[in-house]
Amino acid sequence: MPVQGIIAKKVGMTQVYGKDGRAIPATVLTAGPCVVVERKTTAKHGYSAVQVGFVEDKRVKHTTKPMQGHFKKAGIPPTRVTREFRVPEAEAINPGDKVNVSLFGPGDKVSITGTSKGKGFAGVVKRHHFAGGDGTHGSMFHRAPGGIGASAFPSRVIKGLRAAGHMGDETVTTRNIQVVEIDAENNLLVVKGAVPGSISSYVVVHKAGTRRAGK
Amino acid sequence: MNAIETIEKNINPKIHPDLRTGSTVRVHVKVRESVLKEEQKAKTAKAKKDKDQERERIQIFEGLVVGIRGTGAKRSITVRKVSFGEGVERIFPLSTPSVDKIEVLKRHHVRRAKLYFVRDLKGKALRLKELRDKPAKAKSKAEAAS
Repeated sequence: MPVQGIIAKKVGMTQVYGKDGRAIPATVLTAGPCVVVERKTTAKHGYSAVQVGFVEDKRVKHTTKPMQGHFKKAGIPPTRVTREFRVPEAEAINPGDKVNVSLFGPGDKVSITGTSKGKGFAGVVKRHHFAGGDGTHGSMFHRAPGGIGASAFPSRVIKGLRAAGHMGDETVTTRNIQVVEIDAENNLLVVKGAVPGSISSYVVVHKAGTRRAGK
Repeated sequence: MNAIETIEKNINPKIHPDLRTGSTVRVHVKVRESVLKEEQKAKTAKAKKDKDQERERIQIFEGLVVGIRGTGAKRSITVRKVSFGEGVERIFPLSTPSVDKIEVLKRHHVRRAKLYFVRDLKGKALRLKELRDKPAKAKSKAEAAS
């Protein structure tokens, strides 16, 4: 089994049509090509994985010295993003090996991990789906959180209580996303529905159930 | 060509030069009919075989185009008709394979991109002025498209 995932970049959304004529909401991703940068082994690193880079133009000038050395060791030009994928120890994968979209096919289920869009400082209604109160009819209680605990006992707010605060801009994985089609020639991956993150953000696509494989 | 266009290039919307808001159109929709249960039981073996090819027929929806939205593969039209005194609107994506073809019957003079005001009109007030000067070029193109 080769590497079971790929690094991709979100392009945008569109519609495609099924045989029954139904419109399928679809996200288009530029997936790969990727190249193996480093093989991590249990003996040396304590776990078995491969580090993979997403092949895109990145000038050497913009690569840090330590990373330049890292890429030089692998004998490949620097890439902008690198991510790791778990692989079994026995797998013979070496730096320089290519990974491309053809590892997926239409109908496959994938997990996609990305960084969600930042929502800023959000109140409890948006952040935790609190119901809020009536807007009118003299309600005087609109989008406030309400009671946050008892009084003299325990004289404090319980840790972990849901409150207003920063929302979004965190790592989100959406599982069981269906692959609609692939275009190996143009390195495009089309999946059904939405994918975490904004357009042009990088995401990691795993075959379903392989995210923790080898752990 | 960007990546989205690459994906959409295989999807061909049924574009027609006369397909504008204010046109009267006949939309040929493919409808799948499921076989009745008893019928199915009688020919279970055969039904299984034919499951993928249920009976398909063409249904026609004729009405006024009250709006067009979207571009490329996402383009769709809203068609309105009055059926037994009840206004009915259907939205057809122009790229879906279940729309067999779209015939443009008439064009009308309208001054809006979206004709939502017709929802409040009926009878005499609903009349629109027809446009009759249509170049022949458009027609041949339409036939090629369908």
